[in-house]
Amino acid sequence: MIEVKNIDKSFGEVQILHDINFTFQEGKTNIIIGQSGSGKSVLAKCIVGLHKPENGQILYNGRDLISMGKREKKEIRKEIGMLFQGGALFDSLTVEENVMFPLTMFTKMSKKEMRERVKFCLDRVNILDKNKLFPSEISGGMQKRVAIARAIVMKPKYLFCDEPNSGLDPRTSILIDDLIKDLTEEYKMTTVVITHDMNSVLEIGENIMFIYKGKNHWTGDKESILTTQNKEVTDFVYSSKFMRMYREKIMK
Amino acid sequence: MNIFYHIGRYTEMLGQMFSKPEKFSVYWNRLMEEIYQLGIKSIGIVVLMSAFMGMVIVIQTATAIDSPLIPAYTVGFTTKQSIILEFSPTIISLILAGKVGSNIASELGSMRVTEQIDALEIMGVNSRNFLVTPKILGTVLIFPLLIVFSMLFGFLGGWFACVSTELVTVEKYIYGIVAFNNNDMMYLTYALSKTAVFAFIMTSISAYQGYYVKGGSLEVGKASTRAVVYSSVLILLFNYLITQLVLI
Repeated sequence: MIEVKNIDKSFGEVQILHDINFTFQEGKTNIIIGQSGSGKSVLAKCIVGLHKPENGQILYNGRDLISMGKREKKEIRKEIGMLFQGGALFDSLTVEENVMFPLTMFTKMSKKEMRERVKFCLDRVNILDKNKLFPSEISGGMQKRVAIARAIVMKPKYLFCDEPNSGLDPRTSILIDDLIKDLTEEYKMTTVVITHDMNSVLEIGENIMFIYKGKNHWTGDKESILTTQNKEVTDFVYSSKFMRMYREKIMK
Repeated sequence: MNIFYHIGRYTEMLGQMFSKPEKFSVYWNRLMEEIYQLGIKSIGIVVLMSAFMGMVIVIQTATAIDSPLIPAYTVGFTTKQSIILEFSPTIISLILAGKVGSNIASELGSMRVTEQIDALEIMGVNSRNFLVTPKILGTVLIFPLLIVFSMLFGFLGGWFACVSTELVTVEKYIYGIVAFNNNDMMYLTYALSKTAVFAFIMTSISAYQGYYVKGGSLEVGKASTRAVVYSSVLILLFNYLITQLVLI
């Protein structure tokens, strides 16, 4: 479980996050949604420790990330897997080496054990046949799958996915969403997905936070987000023609 | 942003770089890779530049000496002094600042804008230590060796000019190089030491420019340019300071 309490974050004079409070539930797919520029990614980067908030607490099962020392922070980070928007795979390493990287750095596994673990993870995301290729030689969707394999190779307790569907076609997006959902259940991870894609929200969202102008504006689940009367949320949810048609169909 | 902000952040980067590595074997491999990428792969350009400069120095010196009172071996002696004291350590370092500096800044800048550095940090890897330290250590270790190569090929270039132009005999040229060698070891130590300092300057400045890039590919390009310009200016400044300290 990750608890976020009273988080404020500014860049210079501009305050991005205002008093954010939320609990990311254990073993569930938690979603942060909101418009572009609402502060979703900044919040996610605060939670994983890439940005330091001015105020508040970020509690990983009660351990406060902000006040802890370097060594403790390092240990917590080994429990975190992250899927970045662009994949963030290392260009100079092959697919296999990318996935093996965290094992090489932080475990005492033998080469054979590492290869077996990497093979298992690549197989789990259905990309084992591309293991000898470089990231530039595979498609965007494949890169995302490799990044997921790298994120789960250390069996993390927490998985963060920043815009996992950006730049992907609808079919590949669904595959990635399904993969995130399945892995969350399989590894009993606390997963946090940052997105503005309503399809993803409806596919995998179990515990949703809607950020509006840097504030936690609404929380709920994927059923309640379709029926809420909150103006900002409905404006966001039903901004696409597809979602408006869906609403009309339900109302009929 | 003011200069003190950059000096502070640069110092912080250097401080973070020298923490204990996560896994020594991984860092050793990274060091070897950087020595190959930044040093061994630069041998070609160093050899080419040095050989041609050696040829030109011999021709220019030989044609500039008009007086019959100045002995012919002066050409060899002047070539040796020019190459050891200034051409190899400073001019080659400036050339390497262009090649290696832009390479480092663009590599780290690209890693920054594609979130690869963030990915390292999330995994718990000290990214400054992992990415920058092997580059600095690699160049500080390998560049003096490159400069020794540069000196040798500079002398060879001079020899070739003697043979092809017959402005000076090879015997006189070689005599000029090997004679009057009282200070040669001191000059060689001075040249190689200042090369190590230049290597540190160009690598750390370029790494700083690349590591802290914000924005996109346009910013990466600007960072590469800044890396080369700032490194070159600082190399010239430190060249003057070291020379004044050591030789006066």
